[in-house]
Amino acid sequence: MSFTLDERLSAPLMDPAAEAGYAEHPPRMGFFTDTSVCIGCKACEVACKEWNAIPEGGLDLTGMSYDNSVGLGASTWRHVAFVEQATPNRDAVDLGMPSVPQGALQDDRELRWLMASDVCKHCTHAACLDVCPTGSLFRTEFGTVVVQEDICNGCGYCVPACPYGVIDLRPGDGRAWKCTLCYDRLGAGLEPACAKACPTDSIQYGPLDELRDRAAERVDALHEAGAEQARLYGHDPADGVGGDGAFFLLLDEPEVYGLPPDPVVTTRDLPAMWRRAAVAAAGTVAAVAAAFLGCRR
Amino acid sequence: MSPREQPAVPPAEARRAPDFRSYYGRPILKRPTWKNPDVPVYLFAGGLAGASAVLAELAAATGRPGLARTARLGAAGGALAGAGLLVHDLGRPARFLNMLRMLKITSPLSVGSWILAPFSGLTTAAAAAELTGVAPALGRVAGVGAAALGGPMTTYTAVLLSDTAVPAWHDAYRELPVVFAASAVSAAGGLGLLGAGAGENAPAARLGAGGAAVELAASAVLERRLGEIGAKYSTGRAGRWMAAARALSAAGMVGALTGRGQRRVAAVSGLALLAGSLALRFGVFHAGMASAADPRDTIVPQRRRLDAARPAGTEPGPQPSPTRGVTTT
Ligand code: SF4
Ligand code: SF4
Repeated sequence: MSFTLDERLSAPLMDPAAEAGYAEHPPRMGFFTDTSVCIGCKACEVACKEWNAIPEGGLDLTGMSYDNSVGLGASTWRHVAFVEQATPNRDAVDLGMPSVPQGALQDDRELRWLMASDVCKHCTHAACLDVCPTGSLFRTEFGTVVVQEDICNGCGYCVPACPYGVIDLRPGDGRAWKCTLCYDRLGAGLEPACAKACPTDSIQYGPLDELRDRAAERVDALHEAGAEQARLYGHDPADGVGGDGAFFLLLDEPEVYGLPPDPVVTTRDLPAMWRRAAVAAAGTVAAVAAAFLGCRR
Repeated sequence: MSPREQPAVPPAEARRAPDFRSYYGRPILKRPTWKNPDVPVYLFAGGLAGASAVLAELAAATGRPGLARTARLGAAGGALAGAGLLVHDLGRPARFLNMLRMLKITSPLSVGSWILAPFSGLTTAAAAAELTGVAPALGRVAGVGAAALGGPMTTYTAVLLSDTAVPAWHDAYRELPVVFAASAVSAAGGLGLLGAGAGENAPAARLGAGGAAVELAASAVLERRLGEIGAKYSTGRAGRWMAAARALSAAGMVGALTGRGQRRVAAVSGLALLAGSLALRFGVFHAGMASAADPRDTIVPQRRRLDAARPAGTEPGPQPSPTRGVTTT
């Protein structure tokens, strides 16, 4: 199979594992996180920590609702966001979301909690992988993106490259860490620990094609039931990162959950960057040469 | 009011309501882990070395041994310092050789390492031949090889910064290579002014002044074209470094043009050009750090892009608001 430069860098790409050089490989696997049924129990965070033997990442009382792990990081590979909102009361369908007594609020408003379990998106066009100079980050046969900790030299390039702010260096260890989509479990035919632990099936694991179909049905059903704020995030192969291997159903704008509204893989512009750099480098040489021209001793 | 008496939480009207939505005002991007001052000095040292390597060979070819010597030492010193700083910046310095495990065109750090490693070797050989007088012909060949890599040395670091999700770095990808190349040329000219005598320093003076002029112009264009995000270059820590860079480069430029004949003026101008180039690297570094830390830089342009692409008549319904503002009204 051959791929154009565009397909390799940022255009829609149906088969990232083939692009990475796997001639034969299992279907692309991923996560569909349906936040409309998340109850904020954090079983995923705990299961992930346990299975992957991730060290403690610091304990803080943040004042950010029930969120005390703040965000994804080197030692937090699943992160449950808690958003407290007052919304206009539109007598929409009851999603079974937890609620509090309404007394303190005006009649036309209700309090709602949005909870969402965030994770590495396992991008089709993963900037972290593109920029990694050592080859420590690589594409697996399942189409996921994994760091090999025995190769990473902690250069930190992947950290500012990720448009979602997922991957980070672990202080004291010096290497980069993030969700592996439980590469070890996948190889053994098991589902990732977080999906296994999720009591409401908010985290669903499976072949990405199936998950995309299921998600489209779910969002239609929610719209029909009157939850018109429901929308998918990261499902579209035509978006700036070629679609996410881990995508979401959200009940509000992505930025409300701490997700970038319209991320673009930085390497989309890399050919233009190299061209500019080459011209400027030639300019350096020309400038030095010009400084000598007509210079008398 | 003494600091003790100030309320822990400022009154509502003092907190400026943001014009965008976010998750508790948290940044979207991770803070770059690149260390200060390792990385800005690495950017400076590599640029100085690259332009100096080119300068050295042309000075040697035109019979300016003093200038050639200064530039050769500057090239080797800058390259070794840059490589050392790069290794020191790693989370696992002992694994620095992993940088050369593969050559990867999508990773500017990989490409850069493959430029920096041979460049360091060649400039060191050229400088060693210069200092010891041993094997001058080999030294000369090494110097020419280093000069061939000198141009790329001055600009790959711009791609290194731009190929990230940090808005103030990424969006600057058009101007940044020019800014860095000019800054490198200006530094090499400055070093030449500092080290070479008045009989040989005319090219260095021209180079320093020309580099500084382009550096000033290109960074002004960068700041303006980036609009709101360009403000990261003119405010805060980055703003102070950029202002210092402007003052130093401008002073060095004037000194180089007017006083290169006087030993002392030439040396001071050279120092000013070098300091201006260094300050510029700190400014660019801190602009990116501030941009990564600011959710606004990430969210607002992306939101605007989405809203512009949304077909007319499909505006979102009433927006929920954070509880804190609503419960009291
Ligand atoms: S979300 Fe970030 S860390 Fe995960 S694959 Fe995409 S770029 Fe890499
Ligand atoms: S920190 Fe490790 S994983 Fe990240 S880019 Fe550098 S070598 Fe690759």
